[in-house]
Amino acid sequence: MRGATHAKWAACAAAVALAATACGGGDSDSGGGSADGGAVLSSSWGDPQNPLEPANTNEVQGGKVLDMIFRSLKKYDPETGEAEDMLAEKIETSDSQNFTITVKSGWTFSNGEKVTAKSFVDAWNYGASLKNNQKNAYFFGYIEGYDKTHPDDGSKQTAETLSGLKATGDNTFTVKLSQKFSTFPDTLGYPAYAPLPQAFFDDHAAWVAKPVGNGPYAIDSYTKGSQMALKKWDGYPGEDKAQNGGVTLKVYTDNNTAYTDLMAGNLDLVDDVPAAQLKNVKSDLGDRYINTPAGIIQTLAFPFYDSAWNKDGMEKVRTGLSRAINRDQITETIFQKTRTPATDWTSPVLGEEGGFKDGLCGDACEYDADAAKKLIEEGGGLPGGGIKITYNADTGSHKQWVDAVCNSINNALDNDKACVGNPVGTFADFRNQITDKKMSGPFRAGWQMDYPLIQNFLQPLYYTNASSNDGKWTNKDFDKLVDEANAETDTAKAVEKFQDAEEVLRDNMGAIPLWYQNGSAGYSERLSNVKLNPFSVPVYNEIKVS
Amino acid sequence: MGRYVARRLLQMIPVFIGATLLIFLMVNVMGDPIAGLCGDKQCDAATAAQLKKEFGLDKPVWQQYLTYMGNVFTGDFGTAFNGQKVTELMSTAFPVTIRLTVVAIVFEIVIGISLGVVTGLRRGRPVDTSVLLLTLVVISIPTFVTGLLLQLLLGVEWGWIKPSVSTDATFSELIVPGLVLASVSLAYVTRLTRTSIAENRRSDYVRTAVAKGLPRRRVITRHLLRNSLIPVVTFIGTDIGALMGGAIVTERIFNIHGVGYQLYQGILRQNTQTVVGFVTVLVLVFLVANLLVDLLYAVLDPRIRYA
Repeated sequence: MRGATHAKWAACAAAVALAATACGGGDSDSGGGSADGGAVLSSSWGDPQNPLEPANTNEVQGGKVLDMIFRSLKKYDPETGEAEDMLAEKIETSDSQNFTITVKSGWTFSNGEKVTAKSFVDAWNYGASLKNNQKNAYFFGYIEGYDKTHPDDGSKQTAETLSGLKATGDNTFTVKLSQKFSTFPDTLGYPAYAPLPQAFFDDHAAWVAKPVGNGPYAIDSYTKGSQMALKKWDGYPGEDKAQNGGVTLKVYTDNNTAYTDLMAGNLDLVDDVPAAQLKNVKSDLGDRYINTPAGIIQTLAFPFYDSAWNKDGMEKVRTGLSRAINRDQITETIFQKTRTPATDWTSPVLGEEGGFKDGLCGDACEYDADAAKKLIEEGGGLPGGGIKITYNADTGSHKQWVDAVCNSINNALDNDKACVGNPVGTFADFRNQITDKKMSGPFRAGWQMDYPLIQNFLQPLYYTNASSNDGKWTNKDFDKLVDEANAETDTAKAVEKFQDAEEVLRDNMGAIPLWYQNGSAGYSERLSNVKLNPFSVPVYNEIKVS
Repeated sequence: MGRYVARRLLQMIPVFIGATLLIFLMVNVMGDPIAGLCGDKQCDAATAAQLKKEFGLDKPVWQQYLTYMGNVFTGDFGTAFNGQKVTELMSTAFPVTIRLTVVAIVFEIVIGISLGVVTGLRRGRPVDTSVLLLTLVVISIPTFVTGLLLQLLLGVEWGWIKPSVSTDATFSELIVPGLVLASVSLAYVTRLTRTSIAENRRSDYVRTAVAKGLPRRRVITRHLLRNSLIPVVTFIGTDIGALMGGAIVTERIFNIHGVGYQLYQGILRQNTQTVVGFVTVLVLVFLVANLLVDLLYAVLDPRIRYA
């Protein structure tokens, strides 16, 4: 690989006829040895699925851009994941339900507009309004009046704005929630809560074609579906200024091509190392490969709407299945340690204080073939004599690990027919079957956190009828503990309550935790200080280019 | 001639309607596309309903199809889920793929036909045998193997080209991808030309031409090649459509943002509008290419007349 760059010019001369313009050398970088604050780096990207509006972006690729061009009231520390004040001067409450938020003065959008309380109120009202089709609307669901601006039962929207949201001054606004939610301020780092300039509302089409925000970068040019050039915004008032001149995001259909481009020196940063390359990545890149925990957990959920899975004694079968999965072996052989066996239902990125508790799952997540067999027998055996694990086969390496999990279960139970994989062609179809409650056995469930709080790993997934409770698991004790935790003003006590709830989840084995996912990235020799944040997105503004 | 073309154009209408209907139904069978838009979460019911209404997915399939076809005739191919007009996607994707196809076709014509002529004239000689063997190898290796191999060798190991194609996708960048895309067809063109040339070489009109004392070059180009090209032209004509639609693999390997890329993306996201729109245009390309091929027959062989 090293030879490639040395022989480049000689080869170029020889291959003029073959690819005359393909030998353009580096991009617009000025070369030189030391860190160059003006140099631009290139990074792999995927075509965002939805228009790039803050309240409409719910996947990593669009999130990457929002992370660069927006700053919200809070920002999550790239290393610890802790929520720190960004645009928020202070957020005050006395009852965990009514909040008074003061916005720092002196901030502007990159088009010169001032960031005021109104920028937030307007943006949030836009996000919560049903007629705008914002897919992250449910983030505003805790604010009073949401049932009027976004009625979930299909009735007509009766209000344009949230009644619980009021701008009380140039830089202050109040938020009234419909229930107590002590950790609400810590959720405000999520991109959906970003402020929006008036330009967004005045000429929406132009804004979407080239979004304008208040972050360390501004969009220079955007060719939809293929490339976005971001330039450092010199007027950025925050402390986390960009350490490089800009970032060019290039859309790749196949992450293998991106990896090949990195090898050939055609790309600086790949933040999704293909599974097939994990074996070689150490020898290819050496210490230019990073592999750090991200707020993602993979689980197996169960169809609790199916009486076969919901009757008494089935918790033993579910626990038995959990104990029949050899997590250590699978994470090592299939994922080359880019995933870590799960021992609770949260993620290590939360840290001890945030609610991650190593080993909370206890024996129930430990591989033991004999215990697994015994538990499943005690519980009345597998429904129908065998299970099918349903997954979508179009992305990720789901097939590989589902087959491995099934193998592990079959070996543990000494029964070749105990478990088989059940692939579904596309992700959309997979989601459809889940929404239509058509699952007949365990199915793949993954969760990428929205904000680093234990609440986000439990409530949306396991609370009765919560937005992502795909298995429709329901438990009164769990719900009660979550409600109590949300009402608790003391964070440490709230976390404890959440962990109590998690224990209820464990005793019923509402979902089998499999492993925590890491973020991985590889980068070229030009870059230094490359890090991934807990959302597995590169911290672009801190990258130095030489 | 004019009546023939008119008749052929009329025949295209049922083919066109049938093909689009089939694609429309196939994409629809995959289920509700909205569910895939909210990541690993469930879209909230109200937003999902609203989106379905906006994309017309709440209506029965036949009604969706009629509305869609009605719009297509006014030049409106609908909107993709990311808010872009499908016509906008087409205007960026088709030029790239057309360039790629042109490169591939040029390779097929130039290399394929010349190799075919050389081997056809020297049947049984070492040149013939080695080219035949070579084409056999090329035909039996799948495109993605040739693609990845060339990408790794030329792009990474030797550094002659960039492993991926930039947004501009200029002709010079498309040479290697075009060669990969053309490789299999190129082998077929070689074999077709070879057989055809070898057969016609013994025909009476060639012997007459030689007997008249015409120079060898003129015999080969005017008499022999022109008459031998009919099967080759048929093949290349149908190949234009196949290359444009079948470039998915090559476009993926070299990260070319053309038709294959948009189709792949559209199928993954179950975006009916994108998939049906692109396939509709591809169907048209197929039909027109076929018509052109038939008309070319008359040019190549004066004995063929269209009344």
